[in-house]
Amino acid sequence: MLSSQTSPSRVTIPPKLASVLQVTPMALVFLALVIVPLGLIFVVSFLDYNFAQVFPELYLETWVDVLTSDLTLALYLKTFKFLIIVWAITAPLGFAIAYFLAFHLRSNWLRTLLVTAIAIPFWTSGPIRMVSWVPLLGREGVVNQALLGAGVIDEPLGWLMYSEFAVLVAYVQMLTMPMIATALNSMAKIPPSVIQAAQDAGASEWQIVRDIIFPLVRPGLAIGTIIVTTAIMGDVVMVKFMGGSQVNTVGMSIITDLNAFMYPPAAAKSILLLVVVLSIVVSLLRFADIRKELRN
Amino acid sequence: MTLALKTETPPPAPAKPRQVTQSHRFDAELVAVTKRYGPGAPAVDNISLRIPRGSYCCLLGPSGCGKSTTLRMLAGHEEVSDGAILIHDQEITHAPPVARGTSMMFQDYALFPHLSALDNVAFSLKVQGVSRAERRAKAKEYLELVQMDHLAERLPSQMSGGQQQRVALARSLITRPKVLLLDEPLSALDPFLRIRMRAELKRIQKELGISFIHVTHSQDEALALADLVVVMNNAVIMQAGAAREVYETPSNAFVARFLGGHNVVQRAGGGEASVRADQCVIGARPGLRSLPGTVSMIEYQGTAVRVSVTGTDDEELTALMPTSAFFNDALELGQSVMLSWDPADEHPLA
Repeated sequence: MLSSQTSPSRVTIPPKLASVLQVTPMALVFLALVIVPLGLIFVVSFLDYNFAQVFPELYLETWVDVLTSDLTLALYLKTFKFLIIVWAITAPLGFAIAYFLAFHLRSNWLRTLLVTAIAIPFWTSGPIRMVSWVPLLGREGVVNQALLGAGVIDEPLGWLMYSEFAVLVAYVQMLTMPMIATALNSMAKIPPSVIQAAQDAGASEWQIVRDIIFPLVRPGLAIGTIIVTTAIMGDVVMVKFMGGSQVNTVGMSIITDLNAFMYPPAAAKSILLLVVVLSIVVSLLRFADIRKELRN
Repeated sequence: MTLALKTETPPPAPAKPRQVTQSHRFDAELVAVTKRYGPGAPAVDNISLRIPRGSYCCLLGPSGCGKSTTLRMLAGHEEVSDGAILIHDQEITHAPPVARGTSMMFQDYALFPHLSALDNVAFSLKVQGVSRAERRAKAKEYLELVQMDHLAERLPSQMSGGQQQRVALARSLITRPKVLLLDEPLSALDPFLRIRMRAELKRIQKELGISFIHVTHSQDEALALADLVVVMNNAVIMQAGAAREVYETPSNAFVARFLGGHNVVQRAGGGEASVRADQCVIGARPGLRSLPGTVSMIEYQGTAVRVSVTGTDDEELTALMPTSAFFNDALELGQSVMLSWDPADEHPLA
């Protein structure tokens, strides 16, 4: 009662208008940088083209080609293969490491130190990180030298670098960290008393992991999976560098079209990729209330 | 995040002959138990306590007095630095929680958030490998005991604090503990619910005939519930005894002050004594001891009026007066008065 009359000069905005005003700046940015370019790409994918030129004429062959060619299917299968292998390694690894960090470390400073150590690769720039694989996995690299020295192999292994294997190694190295981070975030929200209550009930460590921790961490793993999915589906840099020119994926085929100035097929492939990734993300979000996970 | 699933277990103690539980003397026993977290004052300092069979025991004290640490050591969620703990006369000082025959009801209830009330209660049976139908039937019985069977399929987030607490109680009881440990179980409830729930705790304890060890910082709660009140301060036990004994004959100034309703005064022959506030009156009378002071607070409490008098040396004394006596001759703040009591009502303190 007292405060309502204290500042008559203040203009009160109706709550509805206030919400609109609060949303407007981000909406404008989103419109200009996402919706409009996407619309353009969508339009371009239906246009006719020849070398380095796009004509404003409707041409549906691009889409027919993209949607029916065996190459598209092969590229998606290859990309999904990467995704499944990388997920199958990073998810258990991320869960296990996060579990160790959250529940088996008593010292807080050691935990901080280890989490920092996990994050170190992300402080270095991408090109440096990738160049560093050469002295490790290259023909003259540490791994080959060690294997040769130990007498395990007679000549250097060629498939360690510039191969699908190299791409997988780089993906795993890069994407384990987000899995750890999202799992750790979920684990940190489990009150110690919940674990103690399970111990009181007589649950073994394995039963606690399976029946209590895993179900509670599942949303975190779902978000980690989304990160892994979007990173791999949209990647071209890693494939290009680690795979040499030996490995082709969905992203690479878009780059190839762009390099050949074939914009409509590149646009159509991009739209298709977007639809595929969004469908995966939407189905994964059923496992995670993302708002709840991002809270505190 | 600092918890360890693996409690460091020292080398197993030599096998002891199994005692017949029917003939045990004490439900729980602490023998010279100490907890140190590092150099400096211990959190629990060499305390010994025996809890007779079927007791409702309250550990009472201000925050940081060591009562929760004591409870957690009993539960096996805290290592014992020194001393021994016995449950039903068997030494379990370093045994894992499940091997002790204790169950803990946590202050935050600690229900499993992804499981329904029924599955929460059935959890201990599930990990033992009891079949689904059997464990659900059993869990239903325990939900009935705490009158929660109608909400069996609710998730914890769909229940009120009081309801979650009942489920937590059922989840503890289904393990058939020899001793139930309760960590400030009522502190998160509103006052009305708190009084109802404490009556229920007492009923269930009597019904099951096991010991409850209940940590609280509320004097009312301890006096209302406990057969054995254990007042703690600064890591030691200040006094342990029946509720009435502790309230009427506090053994030291801390207990007298902490339980409330007492004045601590200097005795004529030296030393301190406690006098119950309801045995003090305002105004000097022949045969009574009196101290002068000014009225510093008047609190109407419905059945009585609480009058605080600040003496010359800033010591505050309280008289709890019947309402009628107060309003016959109402006092005012700042008024100079005498606060008097019968020397026979003085109880000498250590």
